[in-house]
Amino acid sequence: MGKTLAEKILAAKSKPDASAGDIIIAKVDLVFVQDSSGPLAIRQFKELGFDNIAEPRNSLVFLDHAAPSPARQLSNDHMSLRQFANETGCCISDVGDGVCHQLVAEHFARPGDIIVGSDSHTVTAGAFAAFATGMGSSDIAVTLALGKTWFRVPETFFINLSGSFPEGVHAKDLILYLIGQIGADGATYKALEFGGAALAHMTMPQRLTIANMAVEAGAKVGLFPSDKVTQEFLARQGRGDSYKPLCPDTDAHYERDIPLNLSELEPMVSLPHTVDNVLPVSKAKGVKIQQVFIGTCTNGRLEDLAVASNILQGRKRHPDTRLLIAPASRQVFIQAMELGYIRSLIEAGAVILPPGCAACLGLHQGVLGDDEACLSTANRNFKGRMGNPEAMIYLASPATAAASAVKGEITDPREIM
Amino acid sequence: MRMPDIRLKGKAIRLGDNISTDLIIPGRFTYLRSNLPELAKHVLEDTIPEFTSRVQPGDFLVAGKNFGLGSSREHAPIVIKMSGISAILAKSAARIFFRNAINQGIPVLLCDTDRINSGDELEVDLTGGVVIDLTAGIELRCSKTPPLMSAILKEGGLIPYIQKHRDFRL
Repeated sequence: MGKTLAEKILAAKSKPDASAGDIIIAKVDLVFVQDSSGPLAIRQFKELGFDNIAEPRNSLVFLDHAAPSPARQLSNDHMSLRQFANETGCCISDVGDGVCHQLVAEHFARPGDIIVGSDSHTVTAGAFAAFATGMGSSDIAVTLALGKTWFRVPETFFINLSGSFPEGVHAKDLILYLIGQIGADGATYKALEFGGAALAHMTMPQRLTIANMAVEAGAKVGLFPSDKVTQEFLARQGRGDSYKPLCPDTDAHYERDIPLNLSELEPMVSLPHTVDNVLPVSKAKGVKIQQVFIGTCTNGRLEDLAVASNILQGRKRHPDTRLLIAPASRQVFIQAMELGYIRSLIEAGAVILPPGCAACLGLHQGVLGDDEACLSTANRNFKGRMGNPEAMIYLASPATAAASAVKGEITDPREIM
Repeated sequence: MRMPDIRLKGKAIRLGDNISTDLIIPGRFTYLRSNLPELAKHVLEDTIPEFTSRVQPGDFLVAGKNFGLGSSREHAPIVIKMSGISAILAKSAARIFFRNAINQGIPVLLCDTDRINSGDELEVDLTGGVVIDLTAGIELRCSKTPPLMSAILKEGGLIPYIQKHRDFRL
């Protein structure tokens, strides 16, 4: 029996015959914590009583969720994380460097890796054919200590992508559509594996957006094969030697096959308060929006800022709509400046936030008021997510977000392109 | 940490479907995460505002589908445990939350919770995976937990498990 991508990666790191349903112990190639779950992970690591972390060079600490810190308690958490990195020799990414998942994509993830992070959106790196998944702090503490962890090899849903995106339709619309179809628990404990003819033209940023939201369907991992697109991306990042091709066997067994034609998609929006509450933008038009937020590990990359800047160039945000933009990393920020995107966005009335998670999780930098509505390019619209349970969060692509910032209400980007 | 009792008895506190980790412990309280007793005062406050005054030691949280979806914050099962809840019953649970709860030594039993009402007296047999609703007079079978997870639960969580064994034992 052939192997799915998930089976292939996990088998290579544990036992050759590992297949769906097996419980395996596997060596981990990269383990990381961030600043909202990391402090607990390092306390638990200390409780374990190990002298050292197993693989300091493959262990990372990211300060991105509260960046810069809005409260003394979080500043103290940052201090303890910096001290931990100093003591153990693991690499630290400090305030302003960017969102952990974007930095993992730019600098660390390699095809075939097993990556675990104390953050649910660790799945983002599945775009590299890396088995990347989020875990809680106990599991991460133990992985830091042992350099390995246990997995149940997941069954896989194969998402067969065909066609090409119509004008105004983006990767975010694809993944919102898919989550709307299968539900927020439709892929619980499963792997999502993306394949099909459309992949050849699907960029790494698009793949990262899609893999990032696999967890919003309950999935453990969202995998893309490693191909020419992966190779070119790694080469551009100066990491060409990390490349290896990786694809599933042609006779792999999939629990479900889900065909998805990109050409038939339209701009989508996820309505409060669950991610699978998805409608075409055309059916949600006119909802007044007080804040538009473009950024995060889902949609804060250069391509996303390019789309937003194209729409906003020469236009102004609606006077009743704040426009917040957070580049996902320092590299994205610099490139967006060099290409003039940042200037266009600022001239359109945007506030540029530092690279990091920014307004996504309700800590700072754009907490919503009572009964306010935000259109966000992030990945979650749970009640209370952006700091106020009385607020409403809508999720959409950067194109829909930019168009809506101009009109002050949910707007189909195709109307103003 | 204490090994969970094999048979548990308590009252049901009902929740609906899709209770996210943001509803269990909202992100706006992240600044309290290094002060767990303070953090725990906010458990489920956006869902059941009177939860902390209502919950009795030994009670069960009884949810619908996809309990604990969202973030990897292990603080979610920690504050549930600190409130006195002895086990979570749900139709289904999100993957990371399920693993985190076991890692914190709090049992999650997956069964058809539809007919359990708030306030029902429940008896839970952890070893057999059976829930008896004494009020409704029904018995529910729970899906099996993998042996490794049962072993972790038996030690009171992953940290005590590794403290004892220094490695995973399959």
